[in-house]
Amino acid sequence: MSEVTMPRLSDTMEEGELAKWVKQVGDMVEKGDVIAEIETDKATMDLEAFESGVLQKHLVEEGTVVPIGQAVAVIGDGKPAEPEPESEATPAPDPDTMLESQHEPEPEPDPESVETPSSAEDKLRMSPLARKLAHDNDLDLDSLTGTGPNGRIIRADVDAALSAKKNSGTATEKPEKSASASASASASASATVKTSASEDDAEVIPLNKIRKVTAKRLTASQEIPHFFLTNVVEVDRLIALRTEVNDGLAEQGIKVSLNDFIVKAVAIALRQHPEANSSFNGDSLLRHRRVNVGIAVATDAGLLVPVVVDADRKTLSEIGAEVVALAGKARDGKLRLEEMSGGTFSVSNLGMFGIDEFTAMLNPPEAGILAVGAASPEPQLRDGELVEVQKMKITLTVDHRALDGATAAAFLRDLKGILEQPLRILV
Amino acid sequence: MTTNTPQSRVITYRQALNETLRAELERDENVFLIGEEIGVFQGSYKITAGLLEDFGPKRVLDTPISEEGFVGAAIGSAMLGLRPVVEIMTLNFSLIAIDQIVNHAAKMHAMFGGQVKVPLVIRFPGGGGQQLAATHSQNLEVWYAHIPGLKVLAPSTPAEAKSMLTAAIRDDDPVIFLENLALYNVKGEVPDGEQVAEIGKAAVVKSGTDLTLVSYSRGMVTALQVAEEFAQEGVSIEVVDLRSLRPLDRDTICASVRRTSRAVIFEDDMLSYGIGAEISATIGEGAFDYLDAPVRRVAAAEVPLPYSKPLETAAMPHAADLSRVIRETLDATRFTK
Repeated sequence: MSEVTMPRLSDTMEEGELAKWVKQVGDMVEKGDVIAEIETDKATMDLEAFESGVLQKHLVEEGTVVPIGQAVAVIGDGKPAEPEPESEATPAPDPDTMLESQHEPEPEPDPESVETPSSAEDKLRMSPLARKLAHDNDLDLDSLTGTGPNGRIIRADVDAALSAKKNSGTATEKPEKSASASASASASASATVKTSASEDDAEVIPLNKIRKVTAKRLTASQEIPHFFLTNVVEVDRLIALRTEVNDGLAEQGIKVSLNDFIVKAVAIALRQHPEANSSFNGDSLLRHRRVNVGIAVATDAGLLVPVVVDADRKTLSEIGAEVVALAGKARDGKLRLEEMSGGTFSVSNLGMFGIDEFTAMLNPPEAGILAVGAASPEPQLRDGELVEVQKMKITLTVDHRALDGATAAAFLRDLKGILEQPLRILV
Repeated sequence: MTTNTPQSRVITYRQALNETLRAELERDENVFLIGEEIGVFQGSYKITAGLLEDFGPKRVLDTPISEEGFVGAAIGSAMLGLRPVVEIMTLNFSLIAIDQIVNHAAKMHAMFGGQVKVPLVIRFPGGGGQQLAATHSQNLEVWYAHIPGLKVLAPSTPAEAKSMLTAAIRDDDPVIFLENLALYNVKGEVPDGEQVAEIGKAAVVKSGTDLTLVSYSRGMVTALQVAEEFAQEGVSIEVVDLRSLRPLDRDTICASVRRTSRAVIFEDDMLSYGIGAEISATIGEGAFDYLDAPVRRVAAAEVPLPYSKPLETAAMPHAADLSRVIRETLDATRFTK
């Protein structure tokens, strides 16, 4: 008998949704069989059995979001499972126990002596009265500490929180509310709505998974101390080379984009500047041995960043073909998780939207992301003569914890050099 | 009706019942008493003392040991317009007549489309604590309280005994009238003159703000005693006397719990599937949002009540049990006074 737990399917994964049970209770399961589909941050993955046996029990229903490591199923030998130990930290008073204890005082278990429930079992204990009072007074439940049996939040706790709130005056998080702490539930509900746009003025669109992840990752990225470096790159030669390459290889059906050149150039520059191909890792730096370039792709569902693995070792046409395939998959929502994992650096290109210059936000744990603008003709003095030159602005966002200004500048300088002498990309 | 009025006397529960039977026999000639040894012997517990002498054998009928027979006869006579008051020697013997009570008395009115009424009262003592051993010491009120068509009353004081028995005899439906053996000698103030209780109404016999204590019949004696003890500590316990187990006054119970946020139920009956379970569920449905702690029940041990005095005492619920559970409930809500 063994439990199948929610696996960690990516570095950033914290929980997964059990999207579908492929194997039903009673089914024979061979090691490696897909028993369920797990929907993670960005992809749907197969959950495989690690051992053979009979699927004895589904511990969660389809559609349940489960943290990593929590058991979702039991695989056994087909014999009935032994009775499970009571999972509740505090069993409801058992009538028999109550009777036994009838004549001998047996106080409720001391909260301190009760085993601390694991996070999975940890739930908010609250008396109905406390819940109602907290709701009526628009009190955040998370802000309350329960002092009842087993940490149950009771009326006394709510009263204490309310008086604390009152004493702290109007400087609370919802000042408009503290004045009327005893306002009715409906009144405070309408007050909540008033604080943001009312539903008449805005349509409420629930966050999809990708949006949620994007928001979470980018919020995390905001916590990273980062800086920006911008360079202007002359890309006449690059454009010419691209035309030449595409013209020459059209017969073979090969077509490379400007972005493919940039990805390849970035990969080469990263190979030359391994310090830029690194991640801040708390108490250390990770200097990645492989150069995996993520490419930001806008999809209907949201922003996805498929990764071209070993971009420094791939040819331009290989990168081109891979990017086309990955971007297509991304737009169709068919990107597999491993195709979005393991990036060491990212490229975000808004040139095709006519954006001249922008800064991109870091995609943690990567230490750098390159924001690429549109190429446009600009006047330039060359040997005393005014000439028209195609220029493109690239902006590097850097995790300052991993990389310093001069190091990043050197990387960007060399990247500029590669892009301006694009034959270097081909050798 | 339990209040002190100028025209009242302190009498026993037994005497209140006896006087009420006498008054109703006098008032309505259709009322008659029927049961084992209620006439010549004047009742096993002397509730019918003196009545045969004053009203004669047509109004006070001694029967053979044949519970199913005389309960059936009473039902028949009630259908034909008389108002029988049956005495069954103990609750335990009513089981012999349970088919008559549950299948006939309770259902006739409904099953005959209202063409007949069964204005019948079945009185019997029950409860433990008298060293009468397992088969004579039961609290089976929940058996009857479960049955639609029956009314089930369980008065706790002499005054209630009077007003509720009067109401029961005058009611057109079959009424199960529960008397607890331990209450027969309990004295209390009983107002003179006609007193008719409202069936289906619970009484807040002591008002309070901190905890609702629900009980009935003999349990009320303990409940009030414990409530008084807590009052000495400054804890204000509201005591609700159910009085009528069916119909059950859910409103009064829930209204009280909404005021106090805490509830404890005390009953002589056994815990599982008992009256306390019904009250607890009622509170869950009617006052959930007002509860600051789980509803707790104090009931008898789930064993056949032993004959041995120490064992019988150990199996029955006591004031100490009730006090402990009340204190735990107060502690669970960090009650401080």
